[in-house]
Amino acid sequence: MNSRRQFLKISSLSAAGLIFGGGLLDAFANNLVKTNPSHFKGPFDFTRTPTYCEVCFWKCAGWVYKDENGRIKKIIGNNDDPNCNGRFCPRGTGGVGMYNDEDRLKTPLIRTEERGKQTFREATWDEAFEYIAQKLKKVKSEHGAEAITLFSHGSGGKYFGNLLKAMGSNNITAPSYAQCRGPREVAFISTFGQGINSPENTDIRDTKCLVLIGAHIGENMHNGQVQEMSDAIDKGATIITVDPRFSTAASKSKFWLPIKPATDMALLLTWMNVIINEKLYDKEYVERHCYGFDQLKEHVQQYTPEWAYGVTTLKPQQIRETARAMANAAPAVIVHPGRHVTWYGDDTQRLRAVAILNALLGSWGRRGGYYNPDKAHVPHYKLPDFPKPNKSWRDALGGKYNLADLALASGLCDASMPSHELGHKIKAWIVNGTNLINTLPNQAKTIEAIQALDLIAVVDTMPMEITGYADVVLPECTYLERYDSLRVSQGREPSVALRMPAVEPQYNTKPAYWMARELAKKLDLLDYFPFETLEEEIDWELQQIGSSLEEMQKIGVKRMPREEDDLYFTEGENVEFGTNTGKIELYSTALAEEGFEPMPVYTQHPEPQEGFYRLIYGRAPMHTFSRTANNPNLTDLMDENTLWVNPKVAKEWGLKNDQYVYLENQDGIISDFSIKVRVTERIRFDSVYMVHGFGHTDKRMKRCFGKGVSDTQLISNVMTDPIMGGTGMRGNFVTFRFDNKKEA
Amino acid sequence: MRYAMAIDTKKCVGCSDCVVACQTENDVPIGYCRDWVVEVMDGTYPQLELEIRSERCNHCENSPCVRCCPTGASHYNEGGIVLVEKNKCIGCSACITSCPYDARFVHPEGYVDKCTFCLHRVKKGMQPSCVAVCPTKCMYFGDLDDPRSDVSMVLKKRKWKTLIPEAGTKPHLYFLI
Repeated sequence: MNSRRQFLKISSLSAAGLIFGGGLLDAFANNLVKTNPSHFKGPFDFTRTPTYCEVCFWKCAGWVYKDENGRIKKIIGNNDDPNCNGRFCPRGTGGVGMYNDEDRLKTPLIRTEERGKQTFREATWDEAFEYIAQKLKKVKSEHGAEAITLFSHGSGGKYFGNLLKAMGSNNITAPSYAQCRGPREVAFISTFGQGINSPENTDIRDTKCLVLIGAHIGENMHNGQVQEMSDAIDKGATIITVDPRFSTAASKSKFWLPIKPATDMALLLTWMNVIINEKLYDKEYVERHCYGFDQLKEHVQQYTPEWAYGVTTLKPQQIRETARAMANAAPAVIVHPGRHVTWYGDDTQRLRAVAILNALLGSWGRRGGYYNPDKAHVPHYKLPDFPKPNKSWRDALGGKYNLADLALASGLCDASMPSHELGHKIKAWIVNGTNLINTLPNQAKTIEAIQALDLIAVVDTMPMEITGYADVVLPECTYLERYDSLRVSQGREPSVALRMPAVEPQYNTKPAYWMARELAKKLDLLDYFPFETLEEEIDWELQQIGSSLEEMQKIGVKRMPREEDDLYFTEGENVEFGTNTGKIELYSTALAEEGFEPMPVYTQHPEPQEGFYRLIYGRAPMHTFSRTANNPNLTDLMDENTLWVNPKVAKEWGLKNDQYVYLENQDGIISDFSIKVRVTERIRFDSVYMVHGFGHTDKRMKRCFGKGVSDTQLISNVMTDPIMGGTGMRGNFVTFRFDNKKEA
Repeated sequence: MRYAMAIDTKKCVGCSDCVVACQTENDVPIGYCRDWVVEVMDGTYPQLELEIRSERCNHCENSPCVRCCPTGASHYNEGGIVLVEKNKCIGCSACITSCPYDARFVHPEGYVDKCTFCLHRVKKGMQPSCVAVCPTKCMYFGDLDDPRSDVSMVLKKRKWKTLIPEAGTKPHLYFLI
């Protein structure tokens, strides 16, 4: 049996297994659809218009209200939306600031000098498209279409992705995989044959015990999870938080384990040891569903609580007590998979340990543990076949990271480097809605890759740093001024949500769909964009599921019944899991055959040198990465990040609250700007903490320019996950500086 | 009728959604706010406690701001809600000085502004916008004289406190602890 192929087949199934459609309606293929869009109502025909939020990836559905002058006044949640239950988070509520931001990109720009200098001239849309089309044609003829890559985080990615596939490239990538949740997906696929995806299928609402490892729900404002954690608190659930920082979640927890950073794996393995040796695991569940229990039992004998004390600094009694608390609550227990998990390079293995722990506790497929998500089946219009690329994004990886189930943004950036010698060179980037300068670790490398490109075109609403490196900048209108494809997200019950414009686009901005289609015209690829406008395509799709654009404009969200009553496993049910063995793999056959450890092992990670502190970064509830950094409503709540410093450390360095310091990392990189010190007991003495997404260097963003420090700038040491290529970013250490002058 | 609000400090995560929702609902200019979040930390690593509170006007039964207002702009309205009639307000700021909770500010248009418990919404049978938006559902609003109101029920069930009780203002903002 070729286990890798099997594994990949399964993984692609799990990533896309719930999406049906396509191929259904061949009769329409290759015809441009001709309908008259004028029968659709426009934004001014409504007092409130439906949308789903674009400030983060949770995509909550809501209503946009306008004042008597037709200006957007407020955005509130849609009561029928399972992602938000009628309650938006601060970023969604403040989404109106994205529309009102006077620093927005306002018209297409074409570079006049070298990249990074931010010297542009204003251009017409036609000039901008002509420029891009000519360059793309040149790259395609010289290097093949496979030399073109799309980096995307946001709704527009779908349309540009379509364009890329039509040209003959499958290099479509998002930093949300290799820089964020990728290891978790690979770990859960290899254990349960199914990934976590988004929104997470954690049944927090009904859990009796929630275990958070570095996950700071409440500071990361993943709306549905925050709401459900609050419900769980109401119902008296036990929360266990493992974090070197006293996070908001830690303050809500019965047990806070102030772990030494980079030792989480030791704790997870020790918890397994206790749960197995004290016979606290779900014997019936493990016997029925799991593969490799005996190997695991033997494997974890070495990881005793007394051993873990020396590694994690957590007391053996604390480790035993929390293991028992989890077992008491089982199967209504969630050892949470987290979201941003690219920390130390052994992240897939750490998340494997999380998955295994859940399996031992019998929480996968159980109420209060992990439910089985469902998704609406919305057919897509049949497009002509895409040309088959001669090289795929995998070829850029040189045979490594075979278990990655999505393209690696970092891998495609590496393949753009002048030094890249794998024969699959990337020469053109289209970047949609992701500020790669602040998203990919090792900025110097990202910039070197960009400088070697033949073309970089950036689509954004704001003059983010990445636009400063663009040859052409395409200003997108905000989500409040455009249609986008239907939101079809997974959940306890399937739902579909509509985004339509509440107002006409301000300035000379346009929706991404229109841009991609105009480019398709220039590239003779219009067959792949059969609908003239997105609302026609949306209406067509909605008609297939018995709804219509007209109906959705009135209700915003349509909930649909589950096709099967399979939210949880039933008592005594035999389940076929999508792994090689058809079982939950405590011992991973797929990892073993790829030459990796079949069961997670503890490895020691580098520690800070004298005078240096581990740089830990995280989220604030009112910001989404750098996307919101200049939003007038949200900068009003938080306009700079601060550096959390333990009082002992502050004393040693003579640091006072509110004092500004520069930071220097282990590679001698000094922060562009200084950061305000926050002396607090809430952080360990061996670490400092800051919120990600600040320290912006583009002066066109007036509210956030020079405010705070960019953690990304200081992340030059990347610990790469050998299994799937994730970029571990928590192995960077900083020290304080009182000026930013380079030493001679 | 006595309107009051209870805020569960055990659930509040301090996200400040209440602040943004109030700003957009009530056209509070950016740079000003009628409600805000306070975090109080106590202890030494790793024995720590954190209390997070969403604060606003306490709509006191015995309001120093109403008492000291020279023009009668500050007054008790329906259900004991303390309001400022902006046409009567001369912006003298006596109320701002007298408020122990620092709940008032001078609006850039010259009058004193503060939380209204969203009376315009309450009159329509809706919740104040901060209560309606809160992702943690940590806020409870209603009539203290109605034993079945959300706020009465939760105050019966849970331990609570008010802020600066020694000021004798009889605040109508309760914090569940």
